[in-house]
Amino acid sequence: MILDAAATLAPADEQEARAMVAEAKLGEEALDITGGGSRNGIGRPPEGGRRLSTVRLAGIVFHEPAEMVLRARSGTPLSVVEAALDAHGQMLPFEPIDHRLLYGGGGEPTVGGLAATNASGPRRVSVGAARDSLIGLRVINGSGEAIMSGGRVMKNVAGLDLVKLNCGALGTLGLIVEATFKLLPRPECEATIVIRRLDEARAVAAMTAALGSPYGVSGAAALSPGMGREFSRTFLRLEGFAASVDHRVNALLKSLAEFGAERVLNGDDSRRLWRSVRDVEFLAEPRERAVWRIGVRASRAVDFLARLGPRARAHFFDCGGAIIWLATDPTPADAAAVRAALAPSGGHATLVRAPAALRAAVDVFQPQSASLMALTRRVKAAFDPQRLFNRGRMYAGI
Amino acid sequence: MPQIAFPPPDPAILARREDIVAGLAAILPADGLIADLAGRRAFETDALTAYRRPPLAVALPRSVEEVAAVMRFCRDAGVNVVPRGAGTSLSGGAIPQEDAIVLGLSKLNRILEVNLADRYARVQAGVTNLAISEAVAADGFFYAPDPSSQLACTIGGNVGMNSGGAHCLKYGVTVNNLIGVKLVAVDGEILEFGGPQPDAPGLDWLGVVCGGEGPLGVVVEATVKLIRAAEGARPVLFGFDSCADASRCVAAIIAAGIVPVAMEYMDKPAIAICENFAKAGYPLDVEAMLIVEVEGGEAEMAAELERIAAIAKTHGVRVIRESMSAMESAQIWKGRKSAFGATGRVADYICMDGTVPTSRLPEALDRVGEICASYGLRVANVFHAGDGNMHPLILYDVNDPEQQRKAEAAGMDVLRMSVALGGSLTGEHGVGIEKRDLMSCQFSPADLAQQKRVRAAFDPQARLNPAKVFPLEGGAA
Repeated sequence: MILDAAATLAPADEQEARAMVAEAKLGEEALDITGGGSRNGIGRPPEGGRRLSTVRLAGIVFHEPAEMVLRARSGTPLSVVEAALDAHGQMLPFEPIDHRLLYGGGGEPTVGGLAATNASGPRRVSVGAARDSLIGLRVINGSGEAIMSGGRVMKNVAGLDLVKLNCGALGTLGLIVEATFKLLPRPECEATIVIRRLDEARAVAAMTAALGSPYGVSGAAALSPGMGREFSRTFLRLEGFAASVDHRVNALLKSLAEFGAERVLNGDDSRRLWRSVRDVEFLAEPRERAVWRIGVRASRAVDFLARLGPRARAHFFDCGGAIIWLATDPTPADAAAVRAALAPSGGHATLVRAPAALRAAVDVFQPQSASLMALTRRVKAAFDPQRLFNRGRMYAGI
Repeated sequence: MPQIAFPPPDPAILARREDIVAGLAAILPADGLIADLAGRRAFETDALTAYRRPPLAVALPRSVEEVAAVMRFCRDAGVNVVPRGAGTSLSGGAIPQEDAIVLGLSKLNRILEVNLADRYARVQAGVTNLAISEAVAADGFFYAPDPSSQLACTIGGNVGMNSGGAHCLKYGVTVNNLIGVKLVAVDGEILEFGGPQPDAPGLDWLGVVCGGEGPLGVVVEATVKLIRAAEGARPVLFGFDSCADASRCVAAIIAAGIVPVAMEYMDKPAIAICENFAKAGYPLDVEAMLIVEVEGGEAEMAAELERIAAIAKTHGVRVIRESMSAMESAQIWKGRKSAFGATGRVADYICMDGTVPTSRLPEALDRVGEICASYGLRVANVFHAGDGNMHPLILYDVNDPEQQRKAEAAGMDVLRMSVALGGSLTGEHGVGIEKRDLMSCQFSPADLAQQKRVRAAFDPQARLNPAKVFPLEGGAA
């Protein structure tokens, strides 16, 4: 066996992971944390460091169907978790995006990657993002200590919530070793109302009306012409017990009659559609384009796009228009144009896919005020004073 | 002799009291500063009334700018600050110390923006929880977290404590419904986190501020989600001959894939107390009762209730009573939400707030009964069963110091038991001063040190709501 200092570290358990972090601290060696590698394109390119993989930190610690809670080690493949949940008719509520279509690479989505990126999908509109279902987290801080926050119960306000702070922090605060999620029963049935040929303002209006209706819409997306059909399509999903879904589909069709709502997708057709929306399939090609995720008030989504003009090469709406998935050319000028067009609307733009050079050259995340940057630095130092973890992955110099 | 210690006040600050009051007077209008002892006494405690300390002074700013000016002054003068909403904390979260000023946010009471198209409201910190729902009720919307104190408690306090309520089984707690916060940091700087659009970028500031119990900054404004109410909602009462049957029924309903909007538990003593107060039509001849609320259209509610009733029947339910009118529903909830107040009319009590995994509820209830009996105390149980958030009300006589000591000791035993069963010290009331010394049961020294370092990133000298949440350094001193 050749001992290669550049080889990937792959701790087999928490103890080993702690020892590796402690050693990295002593040697002042940065660590570049990865899980199954399916989301490595998120964030700024790593500023070097030795690769540490969580893949061997795998396995479901417990799944209590009657409590609707699951705890798994960070390297556990999501597919393993989903199979276990499926067997009991349960699911992760937030419908996490699988980034593999977008990045076109391989890899295996893991529990840790999910937590580190706060990955969510179309059901976000009704049940929130990953951070809303993440109730416990165990991380190793930059001193090699295992830190537990949260727990296994869904109501828990003891102490500062370090769970959410680490969720979406791209591993910059700590190495996630275990995550605990609250679950939901998998809906007995789902149906999707389809409205064709609405222009964008009308599509957002229809989604706004549906989300403001009493019928519990759990997905609201609108695709542009050319995405699967030559005309635009607006989709509204309803989930639950069969009798309940039937009732609400009919009620919602009636209340959206002015928009021309009449078609309904059921079962697998509906599921396939929302998987495509979740995984941003419509923007996967052409591969060279940059892909952005925009968070904006739905009421201002159309104005934003109008200001951006032809630089928006393709886009679609999720979350009723409050999330816009947008493709542009991969240039700094386009990045500047996106942020400039967004400024009057308020909101934020995240560069989800771009060549590493562009992600190093422009802000991947919406720039924050000098005060928040200073606070970010102090919180980073509170976890990882020597900046061991994922240097520069979120912000340069952090 | 009360058990909870306060750090001794800083004599240097007490000696400068007049200067400090004069400094605040230069910033605040005459009616925005309370310096006389009688006035300060109105702010000496919260809903944990067994403990009280009159503050140095009370500042009642009218604007964010005045809050910032007070914070800058306190930074320069080295004075601790205890923010306060309506003072309804059950854990002593708003109890001041003699060397701190209270920063009351009651005058920041305006709803700044209601946007139904984008489904959010932006409100000042002193707006009450219920006022938000009332402002949008005519349009069919509501703000979901509904703590029992919602008539009085403020959104600023809700953010500080990450408040829950009966309906968070379906809609989540404050942190799941909060999308933006404006706060004044300890040095007087105004910071904004999040906003009306989803998934604020950067670190999850909202997540750590919410439930942080004050030390991360003074919340002056909150942006919250508004939710369109379902077509209808109906609470149903299920009466059982044993507490174990009722608690097993809760776990079985969840295991069957049904998530009702709310699932509340009351035992016989709690039923009697609440029924006597609210005349809600609760069955008095059962050992335990569940209030299960379903929502949706008529047919939907009927179908879901049928499923729930079938499960209840396999768990020995004896009485099922559906609300037949909006008025009856209101009475049913009034009874539940007035449980704490109604109990206060028959006895003094301390209200515990531990959470246990729902599968451990039957065991936890037994243990609560045994613990209280071992101290010779009575207990009434009323709680959010669907999420395992228990509220044993331990009854005692506040004028009997021995009883108070026993009640507090029993309460601490109950919380230790909650943690031992895999739960938490507090589901929604917060740690405050009440439970800070138990934090080391739930967290390791490294966990607590990490939390304190994060706190210090916001407030390096621990001037904001000091001596809360974390065990006091070196014990009581």
